[in-house]
Amino acid sequence: MNVVVCVKQIPDPAAPQSLEPGTHTLDRSGKLILDDSDAYGVEMALQLAEQAGGGEVTLVSMAPNGETSGLRTALAMGAAKAILVSDDALKGADALTTAKVLAAAIKRAEPDLILTATESSDGYTGTTPVQIAEILGLPSITFAKSVAIDGSTVKVDRQTEAGYDEVTSPLPAVVTVTAGVVEPRYPSFKGIMAAKSKPVETLTLADLGVTNANGQEITSVDDAEARAAGEIVVDEGDGAQRIVAFLEQLKVI
Amino acid sequence: MAIDKIWVVAEATDAGLTTITLELLTAARSLASTVEAVAWGPNTSSNAAQLGEYGVSTVHDVGDLGTALPGAPVAAAIAAAIAAGQAPDAILIPTSYDGRDIAGRLSARADLPVLTNITGLVGGDSLTTQHPVFGGAQIVSARFTGQGPGIYVIRAKSFAPEPSGGAPAAVSSLAVPDLGATNGAAVVARHVEERTGPKLDEAPVVVSGGRGLGEQANYAMIEELAKLLNGAPGASRAIVDAGWVPYANQVGQTGKTVKPNVYLACGISGATQHMVGMKGSKNIIAVNKDADAPIFTIADLGIVGDVHKVLPALIEALKSR
Repeated sequence: MNVVVCVKQIPDPAAPQSLEPGTHTLDRSGKLILDDSDAYGVEMALQLAEQAGGGEVTLVSMAPNGETSGLRTALAMGAAKAILVSDDALKGADALTTAKVLAAAIKRAEPDLILTATESSDGYTGTTPVQIAEILGLPSITFAKSVAIDGSTVKVDRQTEAGYDEVTSPLPAVVTVTAGVVEPRYPSFKGIMAAKSKPVETLTLADLGVTNANGQEITSVDDAEARAAGEIVVDEGDGAQRIVAFLEQLKVI
Repeated sequence: MAIDKIWVVAEATDAGLTTITLELLTAARSLASTVEAVAWGPNTSSNAAQLGEYGVSTVHDVGDLGTALPGAPVAAAIAAAIAAGQAPDAILIPTSYDGRDIAGRLSARADLPVLTNITGLVGGDSLTTQHPVFGGAQIVSARFTGQGPGIYVIRAKSFAPEPSGGAPAAVSSLAVPDLGATNGAAVVARHVEERTGPKLDEAPVVVSGGRGLGEQANYAMIEELAKLLNGAPGASRAIVDAGWVPYANQVGQTGKTVKPNVYLACGISGATQHMVGMKGSKNIIAVNKDADAPIFTIADLGIVGDVHKVLPALIEALKSR
């Protein structure tokens, strides 16, 4: 059971973020970390490979400047190896270009299953996983609350508006996982040490035969209308009463 | 190229068209002279009247898809129509579980780029899209640069739905080409989860909890408050990721967009991820022990205090009324 997990290395969401002047795309020039959302896919993949009694978990990522620090985090969790696509020509790549790049890299790993998050925490386009599935000619199941493998079939509980659907698909397939599908492990010290020497293959666009045909542009960035300043008070034991009074004023109660 | 004809991907449940579909139809009407819909499922003919009421002249019916997920067949049907020269000038798709599947598949199959998380559309010779960034503090405007219909994926509550009073839409069938392996997924069972009280994205009052609650058991206070206020319980991403509450309760960028009359944020610091999903609420009340929490920058009433003291007192006060 070979599983590919697409992982994104993103600017630390806890640090201040900014847009680059000129392109107006997110400034990704600083240190990047593993997107929290991707830890669930990595954990799910490790558990599925283990349950299948063998196989490898391969990470696939696209990032500027040959960035690997986020990949090392996922390798420390237990993934066997990584494929990183890094190319200056990919700066500002849109979701479709990203999907073409990732699909070409995924093909090299010949996986039985491809796991991704539902969307990244920085760009949050949310279409890349399904674009990858379409490019690879594979079925896909998005928004998985649980994932199980039964022979050559993947069984997923898929989040819906009303509740959830039980969905099955033959492998290989693309499955996107929500947070809470599994509890991600923390990398052990041993894992962190081992990750340092795990193979990371770095590829360029030329290696994959893909070009960046970005089909969209940002025309402007404007400040949103600010909300009027409210009343901020320190609770002196009257906090609840103040909320009650405000709700009364709004005629909610 | 002016925008003359727009297709809207129209989602329906057994209760009729979804609210977001009505929102998109209303927006499409203000941008183009001809609005057509693409629909699937067993009820398209019976929904033709409602589609017409919202300005749709023709609904392209992809058919009853049975146990298939709509992503692959609906996208392939639209892509085939584009390839056959029947392309509209723009395709509007709801941000929903199935909508995003359709958008992704259509983009790859037709080799067209896609813009997502749109909260505003400005017409003209071409469409300009608006996207909130950094928790809604800034708005990015964007547009497509190439040929072919743009694929626009729009967030809920970006437009107010309004009927136009049109005649029932004509139903025309839209063929699904061979899908190969892409249509392999099948729904084997559907589960409806019982919900008491209003839906999160339709509730007049939303009470949300975050990491500041301290532990999972304290979410019961959020649920109780929501019940007392005839509202719905919500959650920040942090406690959904931690497994305290289901993903369905999540408010924010990756979850639901809500615009209730009152939003009560309890123990939520106000990460950009959360703020973008609730910033449009009419009245915002925040309770957080950190006076510097970003949530206070958008709160109408902010209580700098401990949720473990304020919430039990609030529950008592509401119960005794």
